[in-house]
Amino acid sequence: MPQVDMEKVEPLLEQYEDQRLNLIPILQDVQETYRYLPEQVLRRISKKLRVPLTDVYQVATFYRCFSLVPRGKHVIQVCLGTACHVRGAPRVLDRILRDLKLPHAGTTEDLQFTVETVRCIGCCGLAPVARVDNTSTHPHLTQAKVGGLLKKYQEKAEAPKAATPDEASHAKA
Amino acid sequence: MLKLKSPHEIKELQLCLEASETARPCISVCAGSGCKASGADNVIASLRRELEKRNLAGTIDLKSTGCHGFCEKGPVMIVWPEKVFYNGVSQSDAKDIVNSVSNGHKPVKKLLYKDPNTGERVLHEHDVPFYARQQRILFGNNGKLDPKDIRDYIKVGGYHALGRVLTDFTPEQVVESVKRSGLRGRGGAGFPTGVKWEALRKSHVQPRYIVCNADEGDPGAFMDRSLLEGNPHSVIEGIIIGGYALEAKEAYVYVRAEYPLAVEHLSVAINQAEKCGLLGDNILGSGMNFRIHLVQGAGAFVCGEETALLASIEGKVGEPNPRPPYPVQKGLWGKPTVINNVKTWASVPVIINKGADWYASIGTERSKGTMVFSLVGKINNTGLVEVPMGITLREMIYEIGGGIPKGKQLKAIQIGGPSGGCIPASMIDLPIDYEALTQAGSMMGSGGMVVMDEDTCMVDLARYFMEFLEEESCGKCFPCREGTQRMKDILTRISQGKGEESDLELLDDAGWMIKETSLCGLGQTAPNPVLSTLRYFRDEYEAHIRDKKCPAKVCRELIVYEIDETICDGCHACVRVCASDAILGEKDKAHEIESAKCIKCGACLEVCQPKAVLVH
Repeated sequence: MPQVDMEKVEPLLEQYEDQRLNLIPILQDVQETYRYLPEQVLRRISKKLRVPLTDVYQVATFYRCFSLVPRGKHVIQVCLGTACHVRGAPRVLDRILRDLKLPHAGTTEDLQFTVETVRCIGCCGLAPVARVDNTSTHPHLTQAKVGGLLKKYQEKAEAPKAATPDEASHAKA
Repeated sequence: MLKLKSPHEIKELQLCLEASETARPCISVCAGSGCKASGADNVIASLRRELEKRNLAGTIDLKSTGCHGFCEKGPVMIVWPEKVFYNGVSQSDAKDIVNSVSNGHKPVKKLLYKDPNTGERVLHEHDVPFYARQQRILFGNNGKLDPKDIRDYIKVGGYHALGRVLTDFTPEQVVESVKRSGLRGRGGAGFPTGVKWEALRKSHVQPRYIVCNADEGDPGAFMDRSLLEGNPHSVIEGIIIGGYALEAKEAYVYVRAEYPLAVEHLSVAINQAEKCGLLGDNILGSGMNFRIHLVQGAGAFVCGEETALLASIEGKVGEPNPRPPYPVQKGLWGKPTVINNVKTWASVPVIINKGADWYASIGTERSKGTMVFSLVGKINNTGLVEVPMGITLREMIYEIGGGIPKGKQLKAIQIGGPSGGCIPASMIDLPIDYEALTQAGSMMGSGGMVVMDEDTCMVDLARYFMEFLEEESCGKCFPCREGTQRMKDILTRISQGKGEESDLELLDDAGWMIKETSLCGLGQTAPNPVLSTLRYFRDEYEAHIRDKKCPAKVCRELIVYEIDETICDGCHACVRVCASDAILGEKDKAHEIESAKCIKCGACLEVCQPKAVLVH
């Protein structure tokens, strides 16, 4: 089990009242802070909110935006909405997976990239699109553009070599 | 921000804002998700730099607004007061635009919309064919206001309807108006909104809740997102009026987490409305107390279904519950709850302002008002379109949409997302109306309209939707969980050329079984994409099964890539992109594809300029 910095949890939990309806918002914050939902944190949440761990686990595994394993530094969301599908998104996705040597959507071994498929990010007018790190949307993708897209983030990813303790522990795991 | 203490003060503020408006020109740049992806942020930054550099920041206003709808031509902007419409703007155009605005408004010709039919440049937005046929009663203000500034909304008459309701209407009269307007739920099923509200009013249980369903999950649809991003106050105003009519004290807006910009704008707007005394205690001095909470979804399509959405707000897994009891009887935390879609809520202030009869005069016999569609897929003018109900598909596709790109043939129109169906090109004169679409085997849905041309394989499309629904089925009821899986398996087999004649009957049977026996709307409509394509495109299924051919040349197992030696100029472009090193040949000599190595990714087809790559 990877070492988890539990100090980040308490201030996060304090923002919320101990009510069941806050479970999903708390998990969303945890996901954003740790890039996944560490087991120890889920146990803590369960105790604090007085929600059975099985319920917490059920919610954590039901919704698509949660992950129980660490996600990569950069998350590439390839849109597979209908508009993107008819304009060639599956081929773009295959290309990204091939270039990152991933057998299917998931996280690269070096934890630099997570490739996810999403069903519509609402930029259908610019299909096919992919969004990186929830902020930058790349419109009108083609297979030929994939190389450049990945390179942009690979370079960024490699520049700051010194990993934070959190990341180092992920890498060991 | 000053707290408004009475409805009268809204009117005063509006007059005051109007009076303070000088003749100062304003550049309104669309900063919706679509235009942002096309580089709108950079355009805004360079415009700002240019204005500052030339000391014009005080004489020319710059505004980033919500979605103007014409995503295809983004980034787009309007220069007020002349209403000059620019499209396809880039960073480097900032200087020309500022020059033009500061020197007597001679338009920058190269940025004006060029009519593809006449080749002529069009000066104003409302003369662009894409906009000319629209009736934008919900989206019309998007290009005028900064979504993060409540004053902009008040200036165009915002919160006026709320003021009127609080002074001149009883709650019953509001419900009556909504009922008389003929407004039907814009989320998909089209249930009459006034009837739903009336049903809740029959209960005397308190507390009761209002929910705004902004979990726009249909792939190929982004209407709700654009409205929340571009004009969040119109939705908030509708919800507050609903709160008054239904005597509720709290509302929840459930927004998809995939829409970060919508979440941001909505929370800013709620905050401002609170500060202005439009939300909170004693709203506008009327004694009404009302609050709106923002809840973010966590990525589950099924949460668009109302009972699943309620479970999700309560912090549980988004699994639906059988109806009845309906949410108006037993909803959030077991209390009476009215759930309506974003566009439904935004329609309410319009109905109050312009009158129920005015609203009811738009549209057809049973479908009133306007409907917003995201017109996407194989169409020239992709974007967001608001049209009166009853308009035909032909007008949508050819007049507003500008037809099919690259001279290809229209094949089908998919309406209603995974719950809807495909309408064949032969039915293009069908009017857009709840009943007409349902009869044709599709449904209105929330407004996704995906256009397909001859290069779209209908079997592949049906498989795509089934795969989507199989993934998104919550698994609670057996017919949906297992049924979508089996249907997907059969469709996959057919698309791989391994289908059998009996598969079609099996698909049909399974489809009807799932429709009849599933627990919620997801399962009850899941087979629609398959059943509708079977109904209209059976020959395509048969080609896959009998001839082992994919007529649209999409299904990988049934196609072969080849290079026509007589056309190939040996440029090596395909060799460079080939993912599996399957293309042989020296530079400047005709290339050849080694079919054993080819993985049929189509990268060569994408890059080949002389069009020497053929697909059989």
